Amino acid sequence: MEQKTKVNAENGQQEILITREFDLPLELLFKAYEEPELIEQWMGTKVLKLESKKHGSYQFETSDGQGKVVFQANGVIHEFSPNKKIIRTFEMDNTPFGVQLEIYEFERLSDDTSKLNMRVIYESVTQRDQVLKLPFAQGINMAHNRIQDIVNKLK
Amino acid sequence: MNLRRDVFQAIADPTRRAILMLVASQAMTAGTIASNFDTARPTVSKHLQILTECELLKQEQNGREIYYHLNPNKMKEIADFIEPFRKMWDERFNKLETIMKKYKTK
Repeated sequence: MEQKTKVNAENGQQEILITREFDLPLELLFKAYEEPELIEQWMGTKVLKLESKKHGSYQFETSDGQGKVVFQANGVIHEFSPNKKIIRTFEMDNTPFGVQLEIYEFERLSDDTSKLNMRVIYESVTQRDQVLKLPFAQGINMAHNRIQDIVNKLK
Repeated sequence: MNLRRDVFQAIADPTRRAILMLVASQAMTAGTIASNFDTARPTVSKHLQILTECELLKQEQNGREIYYHLNPNKMKEIADFIEPFRKMWDERFNKLETIMKKYKTK
């Protein structure tokens, strides 16, 4: 079966290409990136601030079960063209991964399907490779947090 | 302590990537590999040593000569390292799709 989400990271390059085809009309796909309440749902993070416009900025924050902040990210929006394109920076606070530039292109495939092309450019090849390897470490952490949650509920 | 080199560090170097491409077609001696590069022979030897240490290359004695082979299993490990990252995005996008389908029917 062909994979719906594709990731292309060429050796020695400082960018990652992520593409995904959605079983959603273009307008609904774009809305998922525009409305704070929707972003909160699918990203699983709190949206503290989101100004969906040129020169607007945004702030995300995720807390664990005890209210401790475990993830914070922020960035500035450079282009916001409804149903077409978003260009923004993304920076995770308190990490060594630097600032990444994200270019989102939204494409209509049919009345009910759409495609997202996401290009992420990092400050260096080393930073890109660190981010690519991140899910290994994160997966372990997330499993740990989930166990913690279950254990806390048992108390 | 295990001081084995990082595979990703090994393939970050363009000469080492060229060596892997070269050896992918057929096993070669250090001399044959070095003759394909303008780089000094000791430099190529150092690259071969690094690639062997992180198991991307395997050595095989054939008579008097030592041949370098590509280790396909280790190469596969590199190809697979993107998979957890891809899965993370795939799950995230699946969630987006589910949420937006519900949103549509509201």
